[in-house]
Amino acid sequence: MKPQNKLKKLGCAAIAAAAFAVTLPVAQAEDTLFIPSLTYRTGPFAGGGIPFADGFADYFNMLNERDGGIGGAKLIVEECETAYNTQKGVECYEATKDKGALAYNPLSTGITLALIPKAPVDEIPVFSMGYGLSAAAIGEKFPWTFVYPTTYWNQLSSILKYIDANGGLKDQKVGFIYLDVGYGKEPLPLLENLSGTMGFELAKYPVGVKEMQNQSAQWLNVRKDKPDWMIMWGWGAMNPTAVKEAAKIRYPLDRFIGNWWAGSHNDLKAVGKPGKGYMAANFSGIGQDFPAVQDILKHVVEKGNSKVASADDVGNVLYNRGMFNAVILAEAIKVAQEMTGKAAITGADMRVGLENINLDEARLKELGLEGFTGPIKGSCADHEGAGSVFLQQWNGEDWEKVTDLIEPMNDTVRPLLEEAADKYVSDKPDWEGQTCT
Amino acid sequence: METFVAGLHAFLVAPFLDMVSLPDFLLQVIWEGFVSGILYALIALGFVLIYKASAVFNFAQGIMVVFAALVLVSLFDLGVPAWLALIITIAVMGLLALSVERLVLRKLVNQHEAILLMATIGLTLVLKGAGQLVFGGEPKSMITEELGFSTGSSDWEVFDGIVIFQHIDIAAAVIAIIMVAVLGVFFSKTRIGRALRAVADDHQAALSVGISLNQIWAIVWFASGIVALVTGIMWGARSDVSFALEIIALKALAVLILGGFTSVPGAIVGGLIVGIGEKLFEVYWGPMFGGGVEAWFAYVLALIFLLFRPQGMFGERHIERV
Repeated sequence: MKPQNKLKKLGCAAIAAAAFAVTLPVAQAEDTLFIPSLTYRTGPFAGGGIPFADGFADYFNMLNERDGGIGGAKLIVEECETAYNTQKGVECYEATKDKGALAYNPLSTGITLALIPKAPVDEIPVFSMGYGLSAAAIGEKFPWTFVYPTTYWNQLSSILKYIDANGGLKDQKVGFIYLDVGYGKEPLPLLENLSGTMGFELAKYPVGVKEMQNQSAQWLNVRKDKPDWMIMWGWGAMNPTAVKEAAKIRYPLDRFIGNWWAGSHNDLKAVGKPGKGYMAANFSGIGQDFPAVQDILKHVVEKGNSKVASADDVGNVLYNRGMFNAVILAEAIKVAQEMTGKAAITGADMRVGLENINLDEARLKELGLEGFTGPIKGSCADHEGAGSVFLQQWNGEDWEKVTDLIEPMNDTVRPLLEEAADKYVSDKPDWEGQTCT
Repeated sequence: METFVAGLHAFLVAPFLDMVSLPDFLLQVIWEGFVSGILYALIALGFVLIYKASAVFNFAQGIMVVFAALVLVSLFDLGVPAWLALIITIAVMGLLALSVERLVLRKLVNQHEAILLMATIGLTLVLKGAGQLVFGGEPKSMITEELGFSTGSSDWEVFDGIVIFQHIDIAAAVIAIIMVAVLGVFFSKTRIGRALRAVADDHQAALSVGISLNQIWAIVWFASGIVALVTGIMWGARSDVSFALEIIALKALAVLILGGFTSVPGAIVGGLIVGIGEKLFEVYWGPMFGGGVEAWFAYVLALIFLLFRPQGMFGERHIERV
């Protein structure tokens, strides 16, 4: 070997070793990673909260059992019960933030809106996965909030794109039935805007929380208005009631599309066969046929360390959604550890980790989640990842994936998100954004 | 001026023109309102029974609906045949009534109404906590078909259109009417019924003439538990069985204000007024307000009643002299 080549190799090795020394986290025996989990296992929305919380906790438990945590640091998941109540959610935040919380998953748009202003003050990022404030996708304005893999607005654009591809949207009447709270009203500005630009008529049907199980008036209006398509932003008991009422007035269910919170197994098992044909958006895989889910069964469920009522619940829509929430956080922790060289990272490190996340197809396969979801790549400017959704359909007994991933209308939605973000910060003179190059 | 006239037309004339132009649809709206009204009346009936016999506003009525429905479907999920599950659930509601009388009410005889109300709030929390501990928070499906109720529907072709009748709604109406008739006879024609009314007027006076307060209270709480079970089955069939059902009970407050806290017919008439009224208002006037008027219509109606007839349509007027 020529001395020149030897030197080159030595140099490369030295650089590699230096890089290795910088990027490999050095774990101490006592290193831990604290993840608060704001759950609602009780109250009127527990049907959605329970499977989500189970999937979330089980994935982190699996990482502890299988890998000894992340980067040598054990994960500690502490649940705090919010009952989907914003006030209780804020109390949970205040009670856990000083324990070294790395990120908050509010699991409620109301709680998310309350925590967004607190995040930069306490330097703990808020990760509202596919819910919360859509404008938070704009990283320049919301450095501490993340909404991967996509926002309510982009989800809506994917649904409209599907409708457009199946008979066209122009001159059609689209009905929008929604839970009359912050969550349900969140996509209204976009819907109203697009109804003008895309040329469809919009009919709105709000459902109060107290009327979730009493929607016959709304569906009588649907019968009278005869919309060509129905879109639902529902949650909890509103969902099965809406599908039952739609079937009751004989609305064609294959033209009724729920968002990703209106398409769980709990929603449709109470409806059963009459709900056949109803569709819903989703961004996380269904079922147990993923190596990561199999690892949860092996390392957590079979050892009796899961709260799931039955192993069959593993793989359900909302269980997998909760698991996916944990996957993104775990990936952000790994990225943050690599970037800082610390095993026990802080909330500020976690923010950087979330911003630099890159769940491409190769990485998803490595995680045992090939085909589970679309790729997600974050950046300083993009806290949404511009992810896609697919549609699933209820066959009378189970959900079936019926479309490929439908890309959102980014070109249309992104400027509107920027406008909404500007509006949000316009009356907050002390609000600090960030400059992205 | 033109805008004002157009507004008046939209509010006072257009809805009625809509009704006339689609009479089959109007019939459908009235039927849906009738069914909702019957179901509201069932919840209100549970409140009335206990208030009549003990002057206690039973804050726990909503959670009793959830509890009864959860016991029923959970027993079925455990493999108990539907009708046996129904019988066991009735027995459980009886046991609950005895427990409430023995552990809560017996120690509060002749106490102020506010104290008794607080006791029922405590009972609500206990039932909610125990229910979530035993049954979990996940929603369950009502065993409608297994109990023998048809889940199909029938069409009535009328006025060049159709009115759809769900069989379960027809069953709810029939059962509610039977229950009201039985309770009406029970209160007015039987010795226990008259004793119930005596207890409501004055605990100590009733005791002094030999009426067993403990027995009466156990009976009304049991009857109220049965009403809660029927309510849970009917509402559960329309949606699912979850703790969200408890929220429905709030609508009964408006029904009680309309019908009076002590009147069985009042609960029915109040329920029907609220049910039919809110459906008509939501469908024909709701779009002017952006929809969602059902959420407040009943309470506004109740407020108006409070101004002009605070004891309700059928309630007893209390005059306290100083």
